[in-house]
Amino acid sequence: MDEILTASSLCKTFNLSRKQQRIEHTTQRQKVAVDNLSFTAYRGEIFGLLGPNGAGKTTTLRMLSTLIRPDSGDATVDGYSIVSDPAKVRSKIAFLTSELKLEDFFTPNYLFDFFSQLHGVPEDVIKERKAQLFSRFGIDKFAEVKVANLSTGMKQKVSIVISLVHDPDIIIFDEPTNGLDVLTARVVTDFLRELRTKGKTIILSTHIFSLVEQLCDRVGVIIDGRMVACGSLSDVCAGLSLEDRFFELYKETKGEEE
Amino acid sequence: MKNNVLTIIKKEFSRVFNDRQLTFTTIIMPGLIIYFVYSLMGDAANKMAQSDREENISMQVENLPQSMAQAFNLFGNNVAVAEGSFGEAEIAELKDKTVNRVLVRFPVQFDSIVNAYDPMQGQLAPNVEVYYNSTNTATQRIYSMVCGALDNYEKSISNRFDINRADSEEMRFNQADDEKVSGMILSKILPFLILMMVFSGVMSIAQTSIAGEKERGTIATLLITPMRREELALGKILSISGIGLLSALSSFIGILLSLPKLISANGGGDLVSFNYGTSDLVVLLLVILTSALIMTAVISLLSTIAKDVRNAGTLCLPVMFGIMFICLISMFQNNVSDSLLYDIIPFYNSITVLTALFQHEMQMINALVTIGANIFYTVFAVWVLTKLFNNEKVMFSK
Repeated sequence: MDEILTASSLCKTFNLSRKQQRIEHTTQRQKVAVDNLSFTAYRGEIFGLLGPNGAGKTTTLRMLSTLIRPDSGDATVDGYSIVSDPAKVRSKIAFLTSELKLEDFFTPNYLFDFFSQLHGVPEDVIKERKAQLFSRFGIDKFAEVKVANLSTGMKQKVSIVISLVHDPDIIIFDEPTNGLDVLTARVVTDFLRELRTKGKTIILSTHIFSLVEQLCDRVGVIIDGRMVACGSLSDVCAGLSLEDRFFELYKETKGEEE
Repeated sequence: MKNNVLTIIKKEFSRVFNDRQLTFTTIIMPGLIIYFVYSLMGDAANKMAQSDREENISMQVENLPQSMAQAFNLFGNNVAVAEGSFGEAEIAELKDKTVNRVLVRFPVQFDSIVNAYDPMQGQLAPNVEVYYNSTNTATQRIYSMVCGALDNYEKSISNRFDINRADSEEMRFNQADDEKVSGMILSKILPFLILMMVFSGVMSIAQTSIAGEKERGTIATLLITPMRREELALGKILSISGIGLLSALSSFIGILLSLPKLISANGGGDLVSFNYGTSDLVVLLLVILTSALIMTAVISLLSTIAKDVRNAGTLCLPVMFGIMFICLISMFQNNVSDSLLYDIIPFYNSITVLTALFQHEMQMINALVTIGANIFYTVFAVWVLTKLFNNEKVMFSK
């Protein structure tokens, strides 16, 4: 199998404000969000990062997509280091998260062209790709409607399409179905499968067991910033359901600390 | 590289120009408001002066001397001069500001006392009492006229020598060109107005364009593209300065159009004539342009550090007061220093060059150093802005 993304010993700590220290009942100034995290994703697979809220999933994905820098460790994406070559990494990936918003004032049509230009996509390719993606997601009818006036589901579809203007090989997706109704969520999961058949690699984070079971070829379980299990779904589950196995792992990890 | 900067600039411009409301509030409204407010102010001042002139005033004079009779009858048709004595009661009536009356009391035998008075003997001079109410502008005006008439009379009886008496029309004592006299007036107000207008134009746009995008989470979407941070910083600064300049231009046109009304209201007449050469105008344009760039750069930096638009507004306030302070200093400074050292102080340099320019006293070297310094600071700010865009604590802290 062809390794396309390798994270090695990623670490990230955040400073805690006084207020946060009080909320979390701690006197520690710093919180370790990601602790020596390593994993590998292979070309053409869907890799899931599974973990509870605050486990460090989003922080990991943000480091992989070069929005934030790791304190130590590194990751290579299609051969480029996220630390020393972030611009190259950004040209290889799509990053989707609810934190990245589109400007309300503009239309999907305008935004597609705008981001395509920033990615240096040639004019004729922009046109062709836009027609194809817009019809795939049913955006064509809303192409000239300002983002502000679109429904939540349609906004999410537009975000997905905009993130793919440069036809990246790696798609990093933070909580892909969060906040979506069942219909839109289904469109998204179907599309992720479709991307996989095209040979794209998808890294997603979630806390939903069923999503991992439906979609992922391999899974990494993150608890407190550490990778406690990683491998194919069947290897990680070891005969149990994913949910049962997760709680077992959770108990083992938390139990060690107490 | 160039392409991405252009793409960003195009986006920022279409954000403003495709939004009719935003176009109106940032570009058309400043000029309109300034024009209407200033015109109204001028009109109101004109009307007030006009109505004061038309107000009927009764003037009661006690012991009106022969020498002043003629002068007092020249005050105009609506000033009725009556002779007669008055007492405390009449004076007290003037407290009511609707009473259009002025009371004047000369000493008995005014003319002979004045003739006999010798200042060298150290006695108090004869005193004329003029009672009026300064809150009634019509009586205030008559008071000034009475004082003027008395002053003239005093000068005429004790005149020992004249200063600058023009015996013919060709005689000129003030050797400054007329051009320079009108320049003095322009130089006092315009640089201040121009810089403040550019600043306010740039401020609102920079805040929404950077702090606003940060607040709404749309700048992160830009940061995830392979575009270099320098390109984003440069594109933002250039487009914001451009829009800010258009906004300032609008205010400027508003001022130019309303200036005649304002000046005539203040009795200035034809004081503002715009006679500047091409090189003056080029320098004017470049100084304003580079000032806009440097202001945009400063506000952009603050807007980037700010958590949201409101925070950006708070951070920009001290800068605005700082610039106003610098402008005010220069307004009260009579001799603009030629030292090149002053030309590298941001904002101060622009204002002194503009002041000198309007006074027709600008040295080209000062202008060039100023423009160069402004460009240098802008480049430096773009560099810092790039660093900030790369700083996750700045960009993603909530």
